[in-house]
Amino acid sequence: MEKTLFLILSAVAIIGALVTVTRKNPLGSAIGLIVTFVALSGLYFTSDAPFVGALQVLVYAGAIMVLVVFVIMLLNLPEGELEEEKIPPRSWALAFFSVVPLGFLCIAQILSTKFEDKEPVGEGFGSVKAVGQLLFGDYLLQFEVVSLLLLVAIVGAIVMAKKRL
Amino acid sequence: MQTQAYLVVATLIFLIGAMGFLIRRNILVLFMSIELMLNGAAMLFVTFSRQLRQMDGHVFVFFIIALAAAEAAVGLSILIAIFRLKHRVNVDELTELKG
Repeated sequence: MEKTLFLILSAVAIIGALVTVTRKNPLGSAIGLIVTFVALSGLYFTSDAPFVGALQVLVYAGAIMVLVVFVIMLLNLPEGELEEEKIPPRSWALAFFSVVPLGFLCIAQILSTKFEDKEPVGEGFGSVKAVGQLLFGDYLLQFEVVSLLLLVAIVGAIVMAKKRL
Repeated sequence: MQTQAYLVVATLIFLIGAMGFLIRRNILVLFMSIELMLNGAAMLFVTFSRQLRQMDGHVFVFFIIALAAAEAAVGLSILIAIFRLKHRVNVDELTELKG
């Protein structure tokens, strides 16, 4: 059962990712990306991370993708702009000679590593309470720095998108 | 076995994102490819978190999501500013910063 669920979710995630990078229309890419995010959220739930899975749906598939779709609609790209995307040969060469060896190395390394199977995770692993205690205990300073980062991002976004300063 | 399968899926998602980032020319799709790569990295954190029975990885995914939100806000507002100025979304035509 768990294996079937994993296979379905991972297949959906990878197909969504492929749709994201191959569509000509950015709106199609955005839909593929939302599908990938939701499938990844399912994978988080199956790997004992319910808090992260919920966060993925709320923030990624919800807030961030709404913003992206909103901007795509706002820009209202002219038809000609979508047609004339020409990919130079050097891009293909660069992508092929960097990504393919990297992927080969990573996957060969993963498959050759032996991960020992442990007993099932304890009660409450990855729950909101457990992660929250870690977040507001050991990682309190980092958490506060993240709030500063978000503040700077808000100011930056307003300054950038304003018509004149 | 299970850890390996999750790691392979995460790596594949990262690689698809990297491939898209290098090949595509539409700035919106480049942005979405970056999101894909961030998600592949987050998936790796969650998988190793489970393998090592420590929840620090979940906290790092929280930070990754916060960072992605900040990046989305700033990146998309830059994109709107560029589009207002040039009416182009093809990165090969946006060469103002080229020395």
